[in-house]
Amino acid sequence: MPDPIRFTLNGQPVRSASPPMSRLSDVLRHELAATGTKSGCDAGDCGACSVLIDGEVSCACLVPVAQAEGTSIVTVEGLPAHTSKGRALQHAFWARGAAQCGICTPGMLVAAASLLEREAAPTRAMISDALGGVLCRCTGYAKIIDAIEDAAAGREQQQLRPDAGQAVGSSIRRLDGGPKVDGTESFGADAVPGDALWVRVVRSPFHRSGFSIGNLEAFSAANPGIIRVLTASDVPGRNLFGVIPPYADQPVFAVSETRFKGEAVAAIVGEREAVAAIELAAFPITWQELQPVLTPQQALAHGAHQIHANRPGNILITGRVSRGDAEAALAASDVMVEGHFETGFVEHAYIEPEAGWARRVGDRIEITASTQAPYLDRDDTAAIMGLDPEAVRIIPSACGGGFGSKLDLSVQPFVALAAWLTHRPCAMVYTRPESMQSTTKRHPARMHSRMAATRDGDLVAMDFEGDFNTGAYSSWGPTVANRVPVHASGPYVVPHYRARSRAVLTNCVPSGAFRGFGVPQTVVAQEQMLDMLAEKIGMDALEFRIRNALTDITPTVTGQVMGDGVGIRDCLIALRSAWHAAGQAASAFNRDAGRKRRGVGVAGMFYGCGNTSLPNPSTIRFGLKPDGRLSLHQGAVDIGQGSNTVVTQIAADAVGLPIELIDLVSADTDLTPDCGKTSASRQTFVTGKAAERAGLALRRKMLRMANAGPDAVFEIAHGMLMVKEPSVLRAVQLDRQARDKHGYVLCAEETFDPPTTPLDANGQGSPYAVYGYGAHLAEVEVDLRLGTVRVLGIVAAHDVGCAINPTLIEGQIEGGVAQGIGMALMEEFTPGRGENLHDYLIPTIGDVPPIRSILIERPSDVGPFGAKGIGEQALIPTAPAILNAIYNATGARITRTPATPDRVRAAIRALEAN
Amino acid sequence: MPICGGTDVFPSHVGRPVGRAVVDVSAISGLRGISLQGGNYRIGGATTWSDIRSTKLPSAFAGLQAAAREVGSLQIQNRGTIAGNLCNASPAADGIPPLLTLDANVELQSARGTRTLPLQEFITGYRQTLRAPDEILTAVLVKKPTDACRSSFVKLGARRYLVISILMAAAALERDSAGRIVHAAVAVGAASPVAMRLPDLERQLIGLPESVTPSAVVSAKHMEPLSPIDDVRATAGYRLEAAMAITAQALDQAAFGVDDA
Repeated sequence: MPDPIRFTLNGQPVRSASPPMSRLSDVLRHELAATGTKSGCDAGDCGACSVLIDGEVSCACLVPVAQAEGTSIVTVEGLPAHTSKGRALQHAFWARGAAQCGICTPGMLVAAASLLEREAAPTRAMISDALGGVLCRCTGYAKIIDAIEDAAAGREQQQLRPDAGQAVGSSIRRLDGGPKVDGTESFGADAVPGDALWVRVVRSPFHRSGFSIGNLEAFSAANPGIIRVLTASDVPGRNLFGVIPPYADQPVFAVSETRFKGEAVAAIVGEREAVAAIELAAFPITWQELQPVLTPQQALAHGAHQIHANRPGNILITGRVSRGDAEAALAASDVMVEGHFETGFVEHAYIEPEAGWARRVGDRIEITASTQAPYLDRDDTAAIMGLDPEAVRIIPSACGGGFGSKLDLSVQPFVALAAWLTHRPCAMVYTRPESMQSTTKRHPARMHSRMAATRDGDLVAMDFEGDFNTGAYSSWGPTVANRVPVHASGPYVVPHYRARSRAVLTNCVPSGAFRGFGVPQTVVAQEQMLDMLAEKIGMDALEFRIRNALTDITPTVTGQVMGDGVGIRDCLIALRSAWHAAGQAASAFNRDAGRKRRGVGVAGMFYGCGNTSLPNPSTIRFGLKPDGRLSLHQGAVDIGQGSNTVVTQIAADAVGLPIELIDLVSADTDLTPDCGKTSASRQTFVTGKAAERAGLALRRKMLRMANAGPDAVFEIAHGMLMVKEPSVLRAVQLDRQARDKHGYVLCAEETFDPPTTPLDANGQGSPYAVYGYGAHLAEVEVDLRLGTVRVLGIVAAHDVGCAINPTLIEGQIEGGVAQGIGMALMEEFTPGRGENLHDYLIPTIGDVPPIRSILIERPSDVGPFGAKGIGEQALIPTAPAILNAIYNATGARITRTPATPDRVRAAIRALEAN
Repeated sequence: MPICGGTDVFPSHVGRPVGRAVVDVSAISGLRGISLQGGNYRIGGATTWSDIRSTKLPSAFAGLQAAAREVGSLQIQNRGTIAGNLCNASPAADGIPPLLTLDANVELQSARGTRTLPLQEFITGYRQTLRAPDEILTAVLVKKPTDACRSSFVKLGARRYLVISILMAAAALERDSAGRIVHAAVAVGAASPVAMRLPDLERQLIGLPESVTPSAVVSAKHMEPLSPIDDVRATAGYRLEAAMAITAQALDQAAFGVDDA
């Protein structure tokens, strides 16, 4: 036995018996139980594992533990005690909303603490240089910079404690923020029991392949510590899953043929070290590579192989919305434009790879995992396991970023099956390449559009066709195909409209949900087409949009008249002054610029909140406890966006008591009623409304108990409920009251399902009860010779109906803009290539410019306090605003995203050649 | 296999063990640091990018120091070493073009002895070097430059930080007292399996008076030695064209100390 490796961890002497080439990050997390340090990529690409080694910031995933010998290491847990500004930074991150999901926060804090040791008063450029090595996918970095400046200056943001009835509209700090900044938050990989077995999946190395599995018993016998290998024949229930049950078509383990590179065929279960030591190349399997189809063109070609026998022509589903007579109106129009546009696969690139673990409890299975959709997980896993849904318990861990991809199952069936069969807890953490090759992506789109207007600038017609590469399995392909034709008009009045979409199956990784379900792709076409039309007519691009914007009384392309809360005009008008100022600044710059040109672009958007014409109820339980506190059973998974906080703010004001009295019971299928999935920008709107109703219902019960009128004011102190009316004060001793089955004195459970109607054969109807609206303005600088684009600034105006928590909304906007910048300029996943975060690039702190948010509140009667969603809305207009700005700067129209330097330069070259 | 900073070894072993025997050289103190020895600057193989960035060096090293600031991130710069960068021999290694313009040599040691090779010969192809399995790259040697030598480095990437270069250009220029260029070295990286000097361009720069902007001399013909490929970062055609632009930019930065762009 070699000598242990000794070093100091957060001031304490520690020793490690791990092999010397173990990653320091693994030793910290697995051997020393210091799980505050996160692992995001194991390649130095994300910086989540940043620690201080003798004061120098380093990625712990790149350090062999042997090199820690004799050093002093400080992790996020030790920042308050071992750095001069660690505590101040943790406070400031929480106060400023600089931690959303929280997975990058430990790395950010460590990098920031290291900076503040070197520089007491850093400039923004210094902050940027110091944090350039830590990726954040949620915040857009703005609030992180603010927080570091606060901590450096010794500024403390005042902590808001709104009175009863004043919570809505208050930028209180997030209720679940404490653990996110002190390193104690428990993500999918953080609370794995020490005796757990580990699972590792064998995946297809080819886009399409036949295979035959060899002698598994011999393999297990030859590898001590391997307990068993799971394949399709071990699945007790249905070897199929899918987020939309009627479309479920993806096997847990492929049966005879794999349909995409990265598809699972087997899972190895064993002791952690043994599983980690397996060279997958030694796994007994023979592959027979088959000819794949990788693009919709190939998949739709005559004679293309059928990816699924029951999906003729490789078409998963088509969508259609039609109104008026688009063809005739286009033919008769004054001015028409036409364009072809294309977008690529986009990877969610949350910093937390999929992770979780399961344990068998009698004849039930409990799964703790990072997810956006606990009840979907429960029902789908139950079908796979051949169990009743109630026999499966889903306990969502903290979710280190989701953005749509963690709606689908990942580790859940593997760990559930392994734990069920071995009677041991079983855990799995995806590697970054595994996460990138096997989990869903944004659908690539190929779009053709024609749009027409009158000479005076009134939109008259639009025809849109889009093919969406939905990959090998259905996932959310049907949702994308349905949403696209409803949204392809943008938030404008288009009297004659036809939009057709197809989700086409290919041998690519499944495309699924990604912040906007296909709408961010359609606006790349539609918002550039609007600029082309405006130019042809000779109208200002912003005024053209304002003129054609939807109003409360004009119909959408599905014939829906909203009646209230249509704020797109307000958003566009809010950009007017910035639009003129930025335009003038760009012109001034371009007068004497060398090879650089500046430009300004604008884009609008609307986006329906909740499921498209389908039920999606949320149920909230709200109980008054004998000790005078309240329990809010809030089953909406907070993936960083803030639903734990926002839903509580709504419930507090509805019942009429201060937030401090509310204890949160967060998502757990055994403890919280179903609040649906965290997607479709529905949690503030749908779950928020259920919380408002539950709060009001509980309030009514409390009033009845005290025999008081509707305007009475509550106060609770020392277990006593005081009910005040102008002339009467009643007091109820709560622990003397009878209790219900949950142990509550009073309890309300209320459901809200947004009122929608089905769409008819022409796509006419009311698919959503409410839409969110927004418009972005982008200023860019383009290097004409290199084709590089720098975004100088974004102004984002959003109609949120009612800003329940303005700071959290700004956080959504800033983060959405950052993802929009990525989609516009750098992000494209190519299946089979670049399955890491150095070939697949997401914006760093140096790529996100200052973002100014303008919040507009045009309430919609149906939402809680008038509120609408913001999660996806924030991302949608950014990319087209940037693309329009590139055109404004250069005259080059970019029709294929991302606008990488080579594509931009090629477009400029084509202009120069003419 | 030797390991020091670990910044290339671990990323190439994601999800699998480092199965090979490894010799960790990071604790050999003599391998780290920059010193002037007998007419040569000696950069120990285990010298990190942060060491290079923060050491006071003559202006001829400005390009190398600029490259050091662009390597990965601060986290990478604090651990990654110059020897690792050269031995890993990625076409996109940020350290190579500036060292080529300084006519750097590498010192290799083994139990068999010590040998010194020009860097240009040391790297023979895509991730290939002349290092024998029993050798360690112990130092990079740069002949003490004159105070008149100025250098630069330009990195082109698709984002601001933590980015593998689409292209790099480095330049070193020296003028005589009359302002004429008497020494010119230009290298481009990520446009060929191994970063390359551009000798035709260098020859044409010699004798150029101060009144002529050096970038004006750059032409497409000078880029002919390059053989870029299409990859996830850019097309070959783009690289060839952009190589001209950033070479010009690097030359003007070396000449004037500022970015003309």
